[in-house]
Amino acid sequence: MTRTLTLFASVAALALAPTSLLAQTNDLGEPLAEGGEVETTGTQASGEDAEGGLAFTVTDESDWSDIGVAIPAFATDRNRPTPASAEGTEALGREIARVITSNLRNNGLFKPVGPDSLPQPGFPQITSPAWVNWSGRGVEMLVHGYVRARDDEKLVVGCYLYDVALKDELIREGWVVRPADWRRAAHKCSDLIYARLTGEDPFFDSRIAYIAETGPKDNRVKRLAVMDSDGANHRFITLGSATALTPRYSPDYSKILYLSYVDGNPRIYIYDIGSGRQQLVTENANPTIGPRWSPDGRHVLYSMAVAGNTDIYRVPVTGGQSERLTTAPGIDIAGSYSPDGSKIVFESDRSGAQQCYVMDADGTNQKRISFFGGRCATPEWSPRGDQIAFTRIAGDFNVAVMTPSGGNMRVLTRGWQDEAPTWAPNGRIIQFFRTARNSGRSSLWQVDLTGRNERRLPTPVDASDPAWGPIRP
Amino acid sequence: MNISLSRCAAAALVTSSLALAACSREAPEELPPAPAETASTETRPDPTPSGPTVGTQQHFADAVGSSTTVYFDTDRYNIDSEDAAALQAQAQYFARYPQVSFTIEGHADERGTREYNLALGERRANAAKNYLVSLGVSPDRIRTVSYGKERPVALASTPEAWARNRRAASVIIN
Repeated sequence: MTRTLTLFASVAALALAPTSLLAQTNDLGEPLAEGGEVETTGTQASGEDAEGGLAFTVTDESDWSDIGVAIPAFATDRNRPTPASAEGTEALGREIARVITSNLRNNGLFKPVGPDSLPQPGFPQITSPAWVNWSGRGVEMLVHGYVRARDDEKLVVGCYLYDVALKDELIREGWVVRPADWRRAAHKCSDLIYARLTGEDPFFDSRIAYIAETGPKDNRVKRLAVMDSDGANHRFITLGSATALTPRYSPDYSKILYLSYVDGNPRIYIYDIGSGRQQLVTENANPTIGPRWSPDGRHVLYSMAVAGNTDIYRVPVTGGQSERLTTAPGIDIAGSYSPDGSKIVFESDRSGAQQCYVMDADGTNQKRISFFGGRCATPEWSPRGDQIAFTRIAGDFNVAVMTPSGGNMRVLTRGWQDEAPTWAPNGRIIQFFRTARNSGRSSLWQVDLTGRNERRLPTPVDASDPAWGPIRP
Repeated sequence: MNISLSRCAAAALVTSSLALAACSREAPEELPPAPAETASTETRPDPTPSGPTVGTQQHFADAVGSSTTVYFDTDRYNIDSEDAAALQAQAQYFARYPQVSFTIEGHADERGTREYNLALGERRANAAKNYLVSLGVSPDRIRTVSYGKERPVALASTPEAWARNRRAASVIIN
C-alpha cells in the first residue's frame, strides 16, 4: 500500500506540465480527491480454515441465477458515529448489505434477498449464525458481516459467506477503509461472494470512465466523467466547453486517455488524475484518435490521420518517438492489446469496409479475422484473452463476441445502435452504449456472455463511450 | 503573385486582424464610396458597406450558394461530378479573394462507429482539400478538421438525413 502511494505521488510530480500546455487544459475541472486505499485485514473472529470444496458444481451462468443468497444487515459491535453515515455504524451496516444485494441482483447473478426483508443478526451471530432463522427461507447461501468504527475513524468491515444446508462457513475476509470508501468494502464483499460461488475472477471493485452527454442532438455537450462500477461516486472531469470522447482508464487508475477538441482539433490527451493536468499523447499537428493502453500501462496505442490516411502508432506513455505499426492505405484504427501484450486486434477498411484484423505487437503478421458477413468495428480483447468483443454492423449495430481467430461469432444484443463494447475486469460482462433512433439519446448497458442478462446502467445524464477499468489496486 | 498573396494570407492567419486588414488593402474588393459633396472634418470611408463583407461566411455563401458544402455516399470519400462542380465554384471564389483562408470540416452520418467516423471525416475533408489544391488553391490557406458524427445538421434517423450529414463543409476563417 505504501509503495502504491509513493508511486502515485511521483507520477503526479512528473506530470507537472510546462506553462505552454496550460492553455490546453482550460476544459478541466478540479482534480478528483481520490487515492483511498483498502487494506485487507484478518477478520475479527477466529475460526477454522475456510478452505473447502464447493457444496455444488457450477457449470453454467444460468445455474448461478438459481442460487438464493440472503444478505441481512451487517452488524456493528456498538453504534458509533461515522463520517460514512449520519446515523452511525448500525445504519451503515444495513446500507452495505443493500449495496451487495443490488450488485448481485442488477448483474443477474443469483437470487439475492436484501436486508429490508430479513431479520437482523446481532454482532455475536456474525461468526455463529442462528441457523433456525435461515433454514426455512429457500436460500442456499447466507452472507453475514460487521462494521466497526475505529478510533482513527477508519472502518473495519468483515464479510462472511455461509452454506445454509451445510451450516458451514465457505469464506471470510475483512478490509480497513476510509469512511469515504465504505462502498468499496461492499464491493469487495460482493466480489468475495461472486468469486467463491462462481469460480470466476471478481469485478465489482472497479471504476468506469465514460462520456456524459447533455443538450440537443445538433449541439451535444460531452464531458469526461468517472463512476464506480455500480454508478455511485459519480464525478465530472471536464467542464464541457470542449467535446470529449473515447476515454480509457490506465491499468493502475492513475491516468485517463481521451480525445478532446480543447484546441479545436481532435487530439488525444493523457489526463493525470492526481494532479488534474493533461498533456498531448504526441506533439504533432495531425489529428490523433482511438487511444488504448498497453496492458502494463507503459505504452499508448493511437491512430493518426496524415493527409487523410489513418494508421496505428505506439508511443511510450512518458513521451518520445512514436512507432508506426500499420502502413496500409485506408483507415487502420481502434487497436486493442491482447492481455499478454503480444498481439493487437484492430479494425481496418483496407478490404473496402471495416473488418477486424490481428497483428503482432510490432505490427508484423497482419491478418484479417472477421469473415462472417457484415462489418467488424471497435474490437476489444477480453482481459481473459479468450474472446474479442466488437461492434457488428449488419443493418443495425450490435455487440458481438468471437474467438481471437475469428471463430464462434455470437451476437449478444439487439438494439438499433449498440456500440463500443468494453469488458468487465473478469471478462464475463460487457458494457456498451446504446443510441436511440432519431432522438440520438445515449445510455450505458451491460450484457453477460450468454446474452440473456442485459440491463441499463443508471447515469445522471445520457452516457456513451464506456471504458471499464480493472479491479482496483 | 499567387505565392505572395497566399503568404500574406498565411501571415494574417498567424498574426492578427491588423495584418488581415493590411492584406485586404492590397487587393481591394470594393471601391470606397465616393466622397460626399459637402466635405466635413469627419470624412472617412464607411467601414461597413451594406451587405456581408469579404472574409465572412455569409459573403462566401452569397457568392457560391449551396456549393459551400459537398456530399458523399455512405463510407465513401470520392469527389463525384456534383462535388467537382461545387468545388470549382469554391475555387473561383478563393481565386478572386486570395486573402481568405478557410477550414474544411469533414463529417459523417450517425450510422458509423465513433472513432471510424472521425477518421472518415478527416478523409473527406482531405479529399475536398486535395481537389481544391488541384484547382490552384494554395494548401496553406486550407485547414481541415473532422467532427465525425458529432455535429449533424439533419437530426432525423433516416437515409435522407444521413445523406445530408455525410459532408465536407468549407467555412471561412474570420
